[in-house]
Amino acid sequence: MKFFFFHLMPYAHLDLDYDKTYPGAYLTLPNSYYDPKKGAPLYHRYLDELELADRLGFDGVCVNEHHQTAYGMMPAPNLLAGALTRSVKNATICVLGRALPITDNPISIAEEFAMLDNLAEGRFIAGFVRGLGTEYHASMANPSFSHARFHEAHDLIVRAWTETGPFAFDGRHYRYQYVNLWPRPYQTPHPPIWIPSQGSRETYEWAAHPDRKYTYLITFNPAEAVKRNLDAYARQCETYGYQCSPGQLGWALPIYVAETDEIANREAANHIEVFFNKFINSPAEYKLPPGYSSMASYKYVMETKFKVREQFLTHETLTGNGMFVCGSPETVTEILARRFDEMSYGNLVCMLQFGTLPRELTEKSMTLFADQVMPKLRHLGEATPAPRAAASVAG
Amino acid sequence: MAPANNPAMVEHTRETIQVDGCAIEVLRGGSGPGLLFLHGAGGASDWAPYMDRLAERFEIAVPSHPGFGRSDTPGWLDSMSDLAYFYLDAFEALGLDGVHVVGNSLGGWLACEIAVRSTGRMRSLTLVGAAGIPVDGVPMGDIFLWSPEDRVRNVYHDRSLAEARLARNPSEEEADIALKNYFTTSRLAWSPRFCNPDLPKWLHRIRIPTMILWGAEDRVFPPAYGEAYAASIPGSHLRIVPECGHLPHQEKTEAFIDAVAAIAEEAAP
Repeated sequence: MKFFFFHLMPYAHLDLDYDKTYPGAYLTLPNSYYDPKKGAPLYHRYLDELELADRLGFDGVCVNEHHQTAYGMMPAPNLLAGALTRSVKNATICVLGRALPITDNPISIAEEFAMLDNLAEGRFIAGFVRGLGTEYHASMANPSFSHARFHEAHDLIVRAWTETGPFAFDGRHYRYQYVNLWPRPYQTPHPPIWIPSQGSRETYEWAAHPDRKYTYLITFNPAEAVKRNLDAYARQCETYGYQCSPGQLGWALPIYVAETDEIANREAANHIEVFFNKFINSPAEYKLPPGYSSMASYKYVMETKFKVREQFLTHETLTGNGMFVCGSPETVTEILARRFDEMSYGNLVCMLQFGTLPRELTEKSMTLFADQVMPKLRHLGEATPAPRAAASVAG
Repeated sequence: MAPANNPAMVEHTRETIQVDGCAIEVLRGGSGPGLLFLHGAGGASDWAPYMDRLAERFEIAVPSHPGFGRSDTPGWLDSMSDLAYFYLDAFEALGLDGVHVVGNSLGGWLACEIAVRSTGRMRSLTLVGAAGIPVDGVPMGDIFLWSPEDRVRNVYHDRSLAEARLARNPSEEEADIALKNYFTTSRLAWSPRFCNPDLPKWLHRIRIPTMILWGAEDRVFPPAYGEAYAASIPGSHLRIVPECGHLPHQEKTEAFIDAVAAIAEEAAP
């Protein structure tokens, strides 16, 4: 198993009473809530945490992209990934990911990722996402063309990475006379591609295709839903006539480790509740603009998932449904190993800082995780693919 | 053509016609000069009281645009330009010539996109709270950020009308049509938001009698949008309806009928 330290870089100094006046931490929350005198040191603290993860032996360090929100201060994650290329010595630098459809010039993403791959001398993973629904409000990109633009931009970027230029690209949404990438990526044929997803059929059918075999990363879901989605991906691989390797499956979630279960629960409860109820929270119309999904899935999500999110999510709920793993090193190891038996994920993307969790607790949790959890789980999935509980993949 | 069965309403029909390989549903009724009503983002898939009133004076046709109501959603539908060219073909298929065209909101934008291409089959034009042009410094309402309840409340000035509509429990088909209309509206109008920045350059091509009718309390497109239209379409008349929101044909039906009748009279042959 491989371990990745993921940072959202939330604006942890957010006045949490904002929701008495504004409906969410996105888009319409005035940026007067952001104080650069507090935000600047926060950026450096978070970069310190990413660098610490490298020293602690994590396999990768991860950043991602969000716009106009206190939820994550990284509208331009490649800037931070660039900074990390100078200080991170062993870990792979991962941008999970850039939102392809909301840009009008995907070549700039191909270029920046190629630069990062060169700067990191191949220790780089490229993530591609469609972006949250709010990004479409923030960028004015039409959500109706989100899927089409995602696929076209992806095709363009991969061709730009792999074909000798110049060549012309004739798409419906993107058209170029000259595609001729300088620099070319460091890795051959190109950096590994990861697809962070909330789990949709269209995405796993596409990502699992033998031409791609992209790592499929399920984020922020109850464990049951994570398993269902990873199983669906693995079954899709079988449909395509090959066996899914654990390296193709990833699970991203917040984790907290302390000396004992009691201490862990006490220290993390408030911060995880703040994360799920104050930082992620926004009205349905912000998250799901019309056209971002099919009408059928729009109706489904409005009826199910968003109804859940309207409730206050307590620490007990979140640990109960597996959206959050919290406890002593033994407890966390036991839960993650059990989940591995069920899901065979080969990549664990650990969000060890969340919401308002302060530096000291973040560093303590990271260190306990690296010293006492990682060594006990590392062997999982290393030899042969583990048997899948539901997908009956041969071992 | 099946006659509708509500005796309280003017006799009308609901038919499906094929244009450019796309089936659209058209409500028809009334007698008199021909009138084409182009609906807005909310659609017009069922006969409504303002249609009764129009049908007293005109022979009206109310199509559901491609992507709306019970009409097909063709794969080629990407933009208002597509819709405008579709309607130039649809005029022929509907047998409409010398017709009075009335468009509300998105339908007003559509009417202008058709008219700048050709007014050949139009006799007059009435824009009712029309989308379609940018007005710098005057923000429009954001129907895509409003909750479903706010989308209703913000289009009416009279709160009781909004509450009455919210109190209605839509059938599953009505809810599905509302969602379909919302999705197609997003496809056509998300960006540039509810406008074609090039449209004002060509509005001078509209040289038929034109009425611009606006609710004084329109929170979707404030009256400054009506004023901008009036300034761009030569010889057009601007009427601001007091105590009225984004849907004057529903909220102030008398003022709406008067305005359509007045411009039809001016345009009479």
